[in-house]
Amino acid sequence: MTKQIRQLDRVVIRFAGDSGDGMQLTGDRFTSETAQLGNDISTLPNFPAEIRAPAGTLPGVSSFQVHFADYDILTPGDAPNVLVAMNPAALKANLADLPRGADIIVNTDEFTRRNLTKVGYATSPLDDDTLTGYVVHPVALTSMTVGALAEHAVSKKDAERAKNMFALGLLSWMYSRPYESTLRFLERKFAARPELVAANVAAFRAGWNFGETTDSFSVRYEVKPAKMQPGTYRNITGNAALSLGLVAAGVRSGLPVFLGAYPITPASDILHELSKHKRFGVVTMQAEDEIAAVGAALGASYGGALGVTTTSGPGVALKSETISLAVALELPLVIVDVQRAGPSTGMPTKTEQADLNMALHGRHGEAPVAVIAPKSPSDCFHAALEAARIALTYRTPVILLSDNYVANGSEPWLLPDVESLPDLRVEFATAPNGEDGTFLPYLRDPETLARPWAVPGMPGLEHRIGGLEKADKTGDISYDPANHDFMVRTRAARIETIPVPDVEVEDPDGDARVLVLGWGSTYGPIGAACRGLRQRGLSVAQAHLRHVAPMPANLGEVLRSYDRVVIPEMNLGQLAHVIRAKYLVDAIGYNQVRGLPFTAAELETMLEEVLKNV
Amino acid sequence: MSEPVALKLTAKDFKSDQEVRWCPGCGDYAILAAVQGFMPELNIPRENIVFVSGIGCSSRFPYYMNTYGMHSIHGRAPAIATGLSVSRPDLSVWVVTGDGDALSIGGNHLIHALRRNVNLKILLFNNRIYGLTKGQYSPTSEVGKITKSTPAGSADAPFNPLSLALGAEATFVARTIDSDRKHLQSVLRAAAQHEGSAFVEIYQNCNIFNDGAFDQLKEPATRDDHLIRLEHGQPITFGSAGQFCVVHPPGGFGLEVRETAGTPADEIVVHDATVTDPAYAFALSRLPGLDLRNTPIGVFRAVDRPSYDSVVQEQVATAKAKVTETPEQQLAGLLASGDTWTIL
Repeated sequence: MTKQIRQLDRVVIRFAGDSGDGMQLTGDRFTSETAQLGNDISTLPNFPAEIRAPAGTLPGVSSFQVHFADYDILTPGDAPNVLVAMNPAALKANLADLPRGADIIVNTDEFTRRNLTKVGYATSPLDDDTLTGYVVHPVALTSMTVGALAEHAVSKKDAERAKNMFALGLLSWMYSRPYESTLRFLERKFAARPELVAANVAAFRAGWNFGETTDSFSVRYEVKPAKMQPGTYRNITGNAALSLGLVAAGVRSGLPVFLGAYPITPASDILHELSKHKRFGVVTMQAEDEIAAVGAALGASYGGALGVTTTSGPGVALKSETISLAVALELPLVIVDVQRAGPSTGMPTKTEQADLNMALHGRHGEAPVAVIAPKSPSDCFHAALEAARIALTYRTPVILLSDNYVANGSEPWLLPDVESLPDLRVEFATAPNGEDGTFLPYLRDPETLARPWAVPGMPGLEHRIGGLEKADKTGDISYDPANHDFMVRTRAARIETIPVPDVEVEDPDGDARVLVLGWGSTYGPIGAACRGLRQRGLSVAQAHLRHVAPMPANLGEVLRSYDRVVIPEMNLGQLAHVIRAKYLVDAIGYNQVRGLPFTAAELETMLEEVLKNV
Repeated sequence: MSEPVALKLTAKDFKSDQEVRWCPGCGDYAILAAVQGFMPELNIPRENIVFVSGIGCSSRFPYYMNTYGMHSIHGRAPAIATGLSVSRPDLSVWVVTGDGDALSIGGNHLIHALRRNVNLKILLFNNRIYGLTKGQYSPTSEVGKITKSTPAGSADAPFNPLSLALGAEATFVARTIDSDRKHLQSVLRAAAQHEGSAFVEIYQNCNIFNDGAFDQLKEPATRDDHLIRLEHGQPITFGSAGQFCVVHPPGGFGLEVRETAGTPADEIVVHDATVTDPAYAFALSRLPGLDLRNTPIGVFRAVDRPSYDSVVQEQVATAKAKVTETPEQQLAGLLASGDTWTIL
């Protein structure tokens, strides 16, 4: 039959299934095909902390959402246009997010009495009015996959497992995706077992052909490539981009990168990634605990490496004392906090921005550090370089506040020219700097207030440093009251005076009276909400902080030039508190801590109310 | 290769300009003098030596050594020194710690540094008390010890530091005493020559809060009958007249002390520090009684195992050996790896 082809400007698809169903892989492959086609993309995986929760249950549901469009997009999309539900649990867990009229593709083979009962369906939602108003496509995914692989030399179990490739084939047909990269991927993935390559490719093709021939899919869609800046792109997650940023920092500084890390969700992928890059001189150490991880990184920095530690909130809490030592020692150190929902173990695979207070203030004594927050997955690359630049130039710990949303989300990344990346070369101290030929480890550079980085091995510069308060210049132990006051103020000043770029305001209409201020991963949803308002003729300005400490010099002036400042955050108002205290601006917070990113729609609704009342 | 140049350093070269601020009479003075006196023997330039410490009286040590040094935070010196040693295998890295620092707050880092066999020389000054915080019991204090924090006596069973280190499969384990400079330096010598972690427990007197803790091992009247001086390759006999010996009783798990008279010579254990199984050294570490009778000193164990540092650096060197591009070219390749697409 001839299929109707319909043009769309954007689509949001959510693949959902049991955590063992391979939904992350399916979503990832669909994303890659979509990237090849040249759409703009944004993705959001959502999975449980349990590796294999009991099969078929609601806690075991894992999903992957991909938003693609023929224009530049900022978020993975608020609501899916299409849900692929591999079992009743996946349907039940995701149905509430689906607007009426959305397409639902269900794997009918899994809608057994037993599976329905597991999630509390008394009758099958395929048979009652639960799905009224949706376009339901019942597909016997499992049995059709097994049938398609009847002639293949694979076990029944392996045949059933290939059902995600059947689903991918079907969706790839439905949205006219180029699939060559998926075939190549399958060849790589199952290189050691050719029979699995053949089976998965056959399952993919069976899904594609099913779409082509069945009556239950009458429309095929196309989404044209987006107009994007010329260049070479790849799709990248925040954790991958951050890892590459650290490797790049090593190359651009000429220093070996030393990563001390203890496995923790959602930061472990950075350890995995960096452990592959030994040819760059990167050393990774899986330490015995979070404290040892940061301690080893600091020890490496003392020896002249770029010391880095990666973790999530609970780990930062444990590292706090060592970060304070690094403040006192005035050595470079990069601490990556991939935030997750807390307190305590909280919801380890869900996102939150609630570690800002800890990053800014969570140390004993007056122990200021620089804090940077990437605004999108690909920005993690540049944020990592910027963190390294500040750490190396100003000899200070820098906290890089990523979060689960940017860490696991992905977007196309325009590959930078390596030569255009910042030059991070540093000069170690090589000669005595005192008048009488002595070495003064705390004699500062008048411009940066940084002390000399004198690494062991340099003759004539032997010196001792430590956590005890040090006398200005000599670094000798000092209990002098005036000296302590001076040193505390100097340590504060050397962070406060780090030059950071001015905050930029996006106010295309130029007459906005309301400013939305965000930081970190909320950039996408806030930007999408502002666009939505502007498309409806409303004026709103957006400013976004990448540097949270120190703050951009023009921020106070920017804040004061609007009648209202709104600060959406995935916490209970931590940045708003700082802004109110520091700038005496009556900022309004908009806060949610559901473990999920803001939707553009909810921000748009909230901002519309604010605009009405200005 | 040319012969290493004799640096002709002296003990004085290792004295920093800082005033030493331990209590008068503290055992730490003797250890500092012994270490400063021994350092020239290493013939390592001062700039390639680093002392890293934690917190406690002993941890002030780096300030007094004219080398590179870091006085860090409580318990963390082995972790910090690990990062330094792994990334700078050209350095000679020494950790100075105490019984509270190493065995209480820093216990985790100590055992992990030892099991990894990081190339660190770890000197644990054991005085069986918290000194800097003014006299609380430590993880090596005897059960029932009455201190400021245990007026009714400590309920804690103590750690035996050597047993602990051997349980972590440390490749070099030794014990010495602050007051015996010659012995202390002989142990330092053996530790310095060891590739990998060298763990040295030094019995150290805190004359303020736990004075005389090791007197039986120091007083001329008692020391010979209490101390077992281990010598590699020698039968283990001790006592003022060699009247005691160590045997391995058949059917038993450990070692026992017997009278030499009446023990056939071939039953006396001949000390071998190179035994691979840590059980032998562990048995030695269990010999002392509560009254310090039968306390072995010297090198319990010295076995060969590749250091963590060397394995890590070898992995890096192997990966780098295949590289033909500049770092910038490599980076450009890495950034463009995976599925890419180009927009014209």
